[in-house]
Amino acid sequence: MIDWPLLSITTFLPLLGAVFILAIRGDAAVVARNARNVALLTSVATFLVSLLVWTNFNPATADFQLIDQAAWLPGFDISYKVGVDGISLFFVLLSTFLTPLCILSAWEAVTVRVKEYMIAFLVLETMMVGMFCALDLVLFYVFFEGVLIPMFIIIGVWGGARRVYAAFKFFLYTLLGSVLMLLAVLAMYFDAHTTDIQVLIAHSFPVALQTWLWLAFFASFAVKVPMWPVHTWLPDAHVEAPTAGSVILAGVLLKMGGYGFLRFSLPMFPVASHDFAPMVFTLSVIAVIYTSLVALVQQDMKKLIAYSSVAHMGFVTIGVFSVQVQGVEGAIFQMLSHGVVSGALFLCVGVVYDRMHTREIARYGGLVSRMPAYAVVFMLFTMASVGLPGTSGFVGEFLVLMGIFQVNSWVALFAATGLILGPAYMLYLYRRVIFGKLVRDDLKSILDLSRREIAVFVPLIVVVLWMGVYPSSFLGPMHVSVAKLINDYQLAQTVAAPAPVAQR
Amino acid sequence: MSELPNFAPALPEIFIALSAVALLLLGVFRKDDSTQGISALAIVAMVLAGLLVPAASGGRTLTFSGMFVVDGFSVFAKLLVLLASGFTLAMAVNWLGREKLGRFEFPVLVLIATLGMMLMISANNLIALYLGLELQSLALYVLAAYQRDSGRATEAGLKYFVLGSLASGMLLYGATLIYGFAGSTSFDALAHSFQHGAPVGVIVGVVFVLTGLAFKISAVPFHMWTPDVYEGAPTPVTAFFAAGPKIAAFALLIRIMVGPFGELTHQWSQVVVFISVASMFLGAFGAIAQTNIKRLMAYSSIGHVGYALIGLAVGDQVGIRGVLIYLAIYLFMNVGTFAVILMMRQKGRLMEGIDDLAGFSKTHPMPALALAVFMLSMAGVPPLAGFFGKFYVFMAAVDKGYVTLAIIGVLTSVVSAFYYLRIIKIMYFDEPVEVLDHGTGKGLGLITAVNAILVAGFILAPSFLTSSAGTAAQALFGG
Repeated sequence: MIDWPLLSITTFLPLLGAVFILAIRGDAAVVARNARNVALLTSVATFLVSLLVWTNFNPATADFQLIDQAAWLPGFDISYKVGVDGISLFFVLLSTFLTPLCILSAWEAVTVRVKEYMIAFLVLETMMVGMFCALDLVLFYVFFEGVLIPMFIIIGVWGGARRVYAAFKFFLYTLLGSVLMLLAVLAMYFDAHTTDIQVLIAHSFPVALQTWLWLAFFASFAVKVPMWPVHTWLPDAHVEAPTAGSVILAGVLLKMGGYGFLRFSLPMFPVASHDFAPMVFTLSVIAVIYTSLVALVQQDMKKLIAYSSVAHMGFVTIGVFSVQVQGVEGAIFQMLSHGVVSGALFLCVGVVYDRMHTREIARYGGLVSRMPAYAVVFMLFTMASVGLPGTSGFVGEFLVLMGIFQVNSWVALFAATGLILGPAYMLYLYRRVIFGKLVRDDLKSILDLSRREIAVFVPLIVVVLWMGVYPSSFLGPMHVSVAKLINDYQLAQTVAAPAPVAQR
Repeated sequence: MSELPNFAPALPEIFIALSAVALLLLGVFRKDDSTQGISALAIVAMVLAGLLVPAASGGRTLTFSGMFVVDGFSVFAKLLVLLASGFTLAMAVNWLGREKLGRFEFPVLVLIATLGMMLMISANNLIALYLGLELQSLALYVLAAYQRDSGRATEAGLKYFVLGSLASGMLLYGATLIYGFAGSTSFDALAHSFQHGAPVGVIVGVVFVLTGLAFKISAVPFHMWTPDVYEGAPTPVTAFFAAGPKIAAFALLIRIMVGPFGELTHQWSQVVVFISVASMFLGAFGAIAQTNIKRLMAYSSIGHVGYALIGLAVGDQVGIRGVLIYLAIYLFMNVGTFAVILMMRQKGRLMEGIDDLAGFSKTHPMPALALAVFMLSMAGVPPLAGFFGKFYVFMAAVDKGYVTLAIIGVLTSVVSAFYYLRIIKIMYFDEPVEVLDHGTGKGLGLITAVNAILVAGFILAPSFLTSSAGTAAQALFGG
């Protein structure tokens, strides 16, 4: 064990890098080069520190570990407190894993205002890591909302043609969802007299209050996940965001919703979660089927993957609210897998976009003859996305379906249709882009993956295969925490059940 | 009374009054145009008064036959007012020189207005209240029309004067009603006499007083003057209007509502709730279509007043603490924003259009970053200070069961986020059309930087402000 405040270092190291970049002065080219180098070094160092978090993590206990605490708002019992358990550990790693790849992927793609771009990404990383580590509700909220600022800038400054519309839609949609959560946070504070998440998980809120609190949190997380019908910001934001922005958006930001359900909704409002589970199932099933069908007719590569994200996240919400060991672990695994795979798919789109400056599917075709390495990489992630056994996608979807089948076989039936529709749109996309005849003249000189791009993809491929072949190294550490979550949840149901609601 | 009153508690006010007179004399006798020097001396006077303020207090002290009160609350509010006046005067110096308006009356008028504000804060009697308010208002009327060759400024001054007099009249009418029905003008005596309810006439009087003060803090439906005066008055004067007088009027409103009328909370609270909701709505929706940044700031200030009023509507110690925290944070955001607005010059002319900021982040990265910080903070996005301002008033509202008010508050804050984001969008997403001037004042840059660091760094040490605001609120409730 190392006795350093590892989580605080992981959280604030990127911010330190951002301050450093802010101080860089001089010639534009020098500034850009230094900003890139500092950003990459900082994010790699952050990743290494977060690996230390993993090695120091004790998978045998469900308690929060590596806790750092400091007084923040004295007199209110609101403090700076961070820590991880089996549920949050891998989200921290996911964030620190994807950020350096994002920075590397933007090495040549971003040429204007490089300094600001790198600062925005490092600030974003601080916010993401802080949010997954936060063990205080107010601290969580600060990070949760703080994510919006750098993302707004990233979409708005380096985005596509309709970037302004997309940036505003993204910001206001998510803000509207989360301000209601703020009020719920305050209501919880006055019921429990603390915002310490550990205490709040043990606290049992009155059933009537739980309903409202659950709805307020749901408003926030459902937008983030995003669930049908509040998903409409996602296709816009994804299409307009620069490649690396899409990667973080799909890879980490969407997981904030799923993580929120696991960290707050289930353990803190178990009775309300139970009551609302059918609604969540309905919305998720609609999301899986409807958005899969929508994905089938997309003309834009990024938009197609964006809709597929909504469908995949539908599996996550189903898994979470099944509250079975397999379902919840499957949901977490699916989130991690989706984070890596959809991030990689956006990077794949980015590769051809950087060369051709279009994402329209019809503009491509026959790339396999010019870009064999790219075709292999793209195929691997396509297969992972559709859940081919041996890749990470399979494990998550399989576990989720196993979990939900024990609760409601109809939901399992409808959700499983997503397993058919998924390959339909993904393979259709792959066929149109990679196979067929290479007819367009401008494609005849397109170049295959560069060394830098291969360096970006190799870690992703390794992780996808690792997760697919040996999922235990990821499922193991989360198991005890998930078991405790489910145990507490069922305990709360049996306590609530004998007392009729009218008596309270 | 044969005995001399105890002057010690009023030392800061006396000091400011003497400085104002001395500077006036100095200005008259110095033949040359010595605005810079006199402004600097006025700022020094404010700083010294600011040092005297905490020294003059020690628990709750009454003087001048109970007309004048000094307590923890007045110390906090006076420090805010002095800070606001000092900042805005420092911002004005540069402008006075550039616009060739350097006349020594400007700093003197600011000093007198500040004196009025401090008297308002310490008023413990309806008559003292009115005297302080008028002293402040008269100085402000003149300041609004200070740029007397400009039609817009004159119009703004006149408009402010006419509507302000109307409000003062209403307040005075309310004060007479209260005196008529309760038989006293002293806050302490009034508080005592309302312990078992109050006659209807007093309630009517309270509403009139509330109306008059709502005008001063530009709360809906008494806000009509705000956009016009903000736009018409010279920018440094607008900056001054937006900070100090609002805080002073708010402090007065808090003192009178929880002091003498504290027992009538149930009666006036619903009025405040209405004003608060209306202000939040109008502030959020009115600003959307604005193209002039000063008008936008006017609507924004109306909205902010609505949020701060949530704390007053709650009416307990937690609520008042929320208001004080909100006002303090608002002060820094506002001063900083106006400092950036004063930097917006093109070929020497001051620009006011929002679109003039296009590409500001490319041409002026640091001021643009600061303005972005202020805008996001005003929108209430964490981790910036503005979020905590809202957090504490909403906390008070949720605690006392004003959940509907809080929900309206958060929803309007999302609407208002739209226009704050629009400014960021113009600065960061749009390409520069005509480049704004560089090097428009080192002093302004310093003020901007200080405020931006305070707003962004608040999260690191929030307890300094929150605990002092807590002490101030506690003083008001006799704790």
